[in-house]
Amino acid sequence: MSTPETQEITGHGDISVGVAGAGASGDGSASATRITPGNALRPEDIALEVRTGLARPTEDVAEYALRLGDDALILAQRLGHWISRAPELEEDVALGNIALDQLGHARSFLSYAAGAWDKTEDDLAYFRREHEFRSAHLFEQPNGDFAVTIARQFVVSYYQFELYRRLTQSTDATLAAIAAKAVKEVDYHRDHSTQWVLRLAGGTDESRRRMIHGFKLIWPYVGELFVDDELTTRLTQAGAAVEPSSLRADFDRLTGEVFQEAELEVPDVPAAPGGGRRGQHSEHLGYVLAEMQVLAREHPGASW
Amino acid sequence: MSPHGNPEEPASAAAEIKREAPKASPAPAPENHHDRNAWGLWEVFVRSSRGLSHVHAGSLHAPDAAMALRNARDLYTRRNEGVSIWVVPADAIASSDPDAKGSFFESPQGKDYRHATYYTKSEGVKHL
Repeated sequence: MSTPETQEITGHGDISVGVAGAGASGDGSASATRITPGNALRPEDIALEVRTGLARPTEDVAEYALRLGDDALILAQRLGHWISRAPELEEDVALGNIALDQLGHARSFLSYAAGAWDKTEDDLAYFRREHEFRSAHLFEQPNGDFAVTIARQFVVSYYQFELYRRLTQSTDATLAAIAAKAVKEVDYHRDHSTQWVLRLAGGTDESRRRMIHGFKLIWPYVGELFVDDELTTRLTQAGAAVEPSSLRADFDRLTGEVFQEAELEVPDVPAAPGGGRRGQHSEHLGYVLAEMQVLAREHPGASW
Repeated sequence: MSPHGNPEEPASAAAEIKREAPKASPAPAPENHHDRNAWGLWEVFVRSSRGLSHVHAGSLHAPDAAMALRNARDLYTRRNEGVSIWVVPADAIASSDPDAKGSFFESPQGKDYRHATYYTKSEGVKHL
């Protein structure tokens, strides 16, 4: 990706300004809590490229980015609900961090997709209706108890890791760059959820019962993640995307290893019908969108 | 005040050794194992870059060391503060007794001959 042109970036401030001199070298005043932002691809950089015409997705790529962006956006909104409600303060922050990672991925994908239709990430996030969202049903599933959320996280992070790992090879440079940033963060999400699956499954009778129950609730929505359709087939032939079905073997193998270690069975439950990629959603998404969109719709164009 | 005396102890008592005075803070009370919800306290040390030492950043609660490391990553390095983390169970740290400050830390005061700058350089010595 290009070098960020910070002076053109609007919105929140660029924290690299003013601390650029405080490098990471061993100065005597180094503090354990010093703030240096580091360099990484940001959604603002993508928005800038789109605005200046440096990057513009094809209609197909935009539709595909919309799917990945909506997955991450709806999950971020769900996870954000855990703030102040997690079992411990530390877990509150952990889930909040994961939510923010997902929100960052969503902003990148949506900023890019928006370029195809001369829109912005906010137009896509706040001013589309339920049937225009392309997220899979898994992401809109209710948080449930902590074990249900961990089960959802476990499935999501192993799926996203396999997806982003391959997308780093995409012929679409922007998709590849977003995936390269996201895959490292999702790798940590895998670790976080795995640690909890092992602890809940191997903890008390109560925690094990809840973990098993959580997977039973979540597993019907696994199948939809790996369904190919015309769009993914076209994009895969062009080298820009990967067929969802091609991720399944690695997903099954890696999640299977954790299940084995946790002495859990892969739930034997019928698959839900799905349809999220075509805008057909469960009863849950409407409520998620209502909460997420109310402020932007009540005060269009407001900034804070 | 005499230059080397301990202001917290009268000079007359200096001859006696207070054997009962603890030099380490009291051992923490054993954890209440009936409360399964209680996570242990861990102290977190973060190294901000290669070549620096780990610096105490704060503390957190975690059920075990693996989760303590992860919680530390989430709590103390989310603004790019570190390249390495240590976590230590808080009750594994023996600390000096805050009430023994006088006998522990005031003795070196005024002993300027323990500093290199106290001494004058001998003539003809190079590279000092």
